[in-house]
Amino acid sequence: MLKIIVSVIGRDLKLAMRRQADIVSALFFFIIVVSLFPLGVGPEPDLLRKLAPGVLWVAALLATMLSLPRLFADDHRDGTLEQLALAPHPLGLVVTGKVIAHWLVSGLPLAVIAPILGIQFDLSNDALLVLTLAILLGTPALSGIGAIGAALTLGLRGGGVLLSLLVLPLYIPVLIFGAGAVDATVAGLGGEGHLSLLAAMTFASLGFAPWATAAALKIALE
Amino acid sequence: MLEAENLECVRGERRLFAGLGFRLEAGELLYLQGKNGAGKTSLLRMLIGLLPPEAGEIRWQGKAIRQQADEFRADLCYLGHLNAIKEELTPLENLLTTARLADETLSEDEAIDALEQVGLAGREDLACKYLSQGQKRRVALARLVKEKRPLWILDEPFVALDVAAVDWLAGIISGHLQRGGLAVMTTHQLVSIPAGNIRELRIG
Repeated sequence: MLKIIVSVIGRDLKLAMRRQADIVSALFFFIIVVSLFPLGVGPEPDLLRKLAPGVLWVAALLATMLSLPRLFADDHRDGTLEQLALAPHPLGLVVTGKVIAHWLVSGLPLAVIAPILGIQFDLSNDALLVLTLAILLGTPALSGIGAIGAALTLGLRGGGVLLSLLVLPLYIPVLIFGAGAVDATVAGLGGEGHLSLLAAMTFASLGFAPWATAAALKIALE
Repeated sequence: MLEAENLECVRGERRLFAGLGFRLEAGELLYLQGKNGAGKTSLLRMLIGLLPPEAGEIRWQGKAIRQQADEFRADLCYLGHLNAIKEELTPLENLLTTARLADETLSEDEAIDALEQVGLAGREDLACKYLSQGQKRRVALARLVKEKRPLWILDEPFVALDVAAVDWLAGIISGHLQRGGLAVMTTHQLVSIPAGNIRELRIG
């Protein structure tokens, strides 16, 4: 069971390494969107500190969205998705591997770069730490929920826009608690409660989303 | 033993075929024939379990494939219209990845040997996007060289191959039948397979 997940992760990471432009462009999108706000709002530290969690999280959601349409589309086009579906394992496990690989190349880099971007917003060290933890804990849920949308819109024309309409509303809880964790820390209340909820959402979505995704993929492959 | 009973296929509003059945024993090859749009590929997709039949049942070793999905897929090798190779990976990586995902053991030496047999010696380490259409097809077919699974389902395997490659593939398929394997395939060019018991099924 673990073997198939590891095999799929290895395959997808190798493919991602051969196409680094995809990873880099999503990361740069995140960096640029976040950096535009301090430039636009102007040098007002109080306002920036207030804006920071929301801005960073919204940018993270959008950056994750960028890479979602290709999660299954490439494999669908060249026929490898059929072969993955024919592997002698439940399709949900294959999808779990793909979701983890997607997080490793899209969510993890965001968490690594987020504290550096947070400095632009004059966040305190505590807040930066909580921000990094929140993005680290919340982005796997984004990959998991996004996979369902990517599978449902597979093979549709203009699927990218439809995918955003389907998935972004489902990202709202992650956004609220992700940004809330940083807000609470800035206000001196401690963000542990928010972080626990984020972790719960991540585990729930990693447990359930791959199976919903597998069901959607089976329909797309008929 | 692969059995199909009373299969019915509806695509969109059209019924492609109904009441279709066959029985294939070890060492037998089933040639599916029929004009374009008759439902050959749909039947193959039913046989591999990706398309649920409107009616009827497919059994593998006496048991419905729906009830033994993972076990059935462990015995099944499917080669479709699409090559199912990754353009970014080299032929060697493609073969090894496909084998690993299908839970098969394939050593690097065996994979290199398979690629040599399909005439890709010296190109093992070139990304597949630099290969020609025919060469990509050969990468896809290289899987069959070391394939041990008993049931092969091949959709138009001879397309885009030159004469020598067609003979080579016919040899590979007959070797598989001699080992007691089963094969179902669609083709428009009738290629003589030297060994095994050949049956024909015409749709539409």
